[in-house]
Amino acid sequence: MGRSTHLERPGRFWQHVVATIGRLLISLLVPVITFVVIWQVFLFLRAGNAPRLVLVVAGIVWGVGGVAALFVLANWVVERLPARWASGLRPFVFVGPALVILGWYLALPTVRTFYFSFFDAASKNFVGLTNYVFAVTDAAMRESFRNNLLWLIVGSGLSVVFGLLIAILADRSRFEKLAKSIIFLPMAISFVGAGVIWRFIYFYRPASAEQIGLLNAVVVALGGTPVAWITKQPWNNLFLVAIMIWLNTGYAMVLLSAALKGVPAELLEAGRIDGATEVQIFFRIIIPAIKGTIITVATTILIGCLKIFDIVFVMTNGNYGTEVIASQFYKQMFKFQNFGRGGAIAIILLLAVTPVMIYNLRQFREREAFA
Amino acid sequence: MKSRKLASDIVVNGTLGILCLLWTVPTFGVLVSSFRQPEALRETGWWKTAPGEFTLANYEQVVGGKEYPDPTLPGGVAQGEDMGRSFLNSLTVTVPSTLIPIMIAAFAAYGFAWMRFPGRKVFFVFVVALLVVPLQIALIPILRDYMQINLTGTFLAVWLAHTGFGLPLATYLLFNYISSLPRDLLESAFIDGASHFTIFTRLILPLSLPALASFAIFQFLWVWNDLLVALVFIGGTPEVAVLTQRLQEMTGSRGQDWHLLTAGAFVTMVVPLLVFFGLQRYFVRGLLAGSVKG
Repeated sequence: MGRSTHLERPGRFWQHVVATIGRLLISLLVPVITFVVIWQVFLFLRAGNAPRLVLVVAGIVWGVGGVAALFVLANWVVERLPARWASGLRPFVFVGPALVILGWYLALPTVRTFYFSFFDAASKNFVGLTNYVFAVTDAAMRESFRNNLLWLIVGSGLSVVFGLLIAILADRSRFEKLAKSIIFLPMAISFVGAGVIWRFIYFYRPASAEQIGLLNAVVVALGGTPVAWITKQPWNNLFLVAIMIWLNTGYAMVLLSAALKGVPAELLEAGRIDGATEVQIFFRIIIPAIKGTIITVATTILIGCLKIFDIVFVMTNGNYGTEVIASQFYKQMFKFQNFGRGGAIAIILLLAVTPVMIYNLRQFREREAFA
Repeated sequence: MKSRKLASDIVVNGTLGILCLLWTVPTFGVLVSSFRQPEALRETGWWKTAPGEFTLANYEQVVGGKEYPDPTLPGGVAQGEDMGRSFLNSLTVTVPSTLIPIMIAAFAAYGFAWMRFPGRKVFFVFVVALLVVPLQIALIPILRDYMQINLTGTFLAVWLAHTGFGLPLATYLLFNYISSLPRDLLESAFIDGASHFTIFTRLILPLSLPALASFAIFQFLWVWNDLLVALVFIGGTPEVAVLTQRLQEMTGSRGQDWHLLTAGAFVTMVVPLLVFFGLQRYFVRGLLAGSVKG
């Protein structure tokens, strides 16, 4: 029966074929046209023959709109495919772009950097572990490790201590909101901006001239002689770490303050009834109750201290004994163009960050803090 | 009892006040100085500023490239800085570098949270595992790729780099949020015959707005304040340099010109500070959710 209807209407069959080919053609043409349009706009923007502001706006619209268009397009193409294919491919419309970009920008580079860390400066000859031996024995590298350790201990330690102190004080003050905003503000400032701000604080002039840097003005007012803070080894490292503390205390404070407010009041009340002093309550009840948050905060800042680069780069460029791992990396890679050594340092950085990050993520998962 | 309460009140607010002062003074000093005359700046500390010596000239010189007198130079005048252009460059870099990763991460987060496909778990672990990779590792390989496909120095190159470096955290955070949305919501949408794409764009995106906003603020500030990625992928020519690059350069070339440095520092800070004051609520929420990139 079915066959006879088919024979009766051969036109239907051809219609079907034409429709399928047409659909296929459109499915091909639309992506091609989209790509051509996006590419042409790219060329136009790169040529840069339009007024500045037009280029800025057009660039932003092109970039964001282009990505959105690619998503819509991918979905459009997949929905046009036979149902079995479509259901298999659909998830990759969603997660595919992220996976491709992550593969290209992070996963592969890790493998590639690891690979050329075993080669010489120009990535030509295999040199085995030479670069790693250099990375742990070179004088400047040892200085970096020492300084980074200082950054880790003092930087994250004092950020947490100050953050906790301010969180507790603010909790008992009428000016809580204002105080928190003030402490929090530096978080919005770039390392470079902070560098300029603190260069001004640390600015040094010989004793004969009037000091315009605040710190030296205070020293002179107290009867001392002005100090060149930035070049005074080894203390200058601490003065750089102070900038990091200034920037990060707000972060520590926000998280710790939220945790403090989560400590049940009955717990504190019970402690007071049992005759505990405020100090005992703090160390025996509050600290254990917010331990998880303290670890999260400390490890997060720890990672930041491990990777610290901008502050050193802007303030001293690694001179006067202030070198850190990331600034050494930058020098090897971009100043000396030694990709082997630079790669080895980057891998060491990865190895240092990994355990801290894993610990941090695990802690974060336990808190399940996403509101 | 009452006097003890008062005493503790004084100690609490006093200590807090001192700490707040310590935290404000550095920024405040630079802000005041940026409005002072160059000679006054060279001669006295900002705390000795006399009222009435304020001027906007520093900003004109640093943003518009206006010339200013400098007796130490042969011509007697020094060229200002063209930070206005860097400001536009920063904007061109930052806006797409914020929106593109969020878009891609939101799609991926939805895919991981609500779709079933082979390899879902493995791929998700892959994304989270990349959180540990410091971006330093990727710089040279990416730079080599860019040179091969002739992409160095374009804004597209920087957008994509920031997208790649921001994606693991963005995907992870948005996954946490999107996967916690009530399941029956989606099931009823499915029964109504909506496709995944429609559910995502019409239902999930609007519902996730708080999480998207929190992350957007962070990525925005992060990109705006970034120096390293800009140094590596943009290159230093004035046509394309962003604000942080320009300011960093000025600390070297104009280390003693405090009237330009202080004003310049504030030019780079205006946008982040506006974002900060305008959206502090989302900012705090983002922090509590874990939006911090080392």
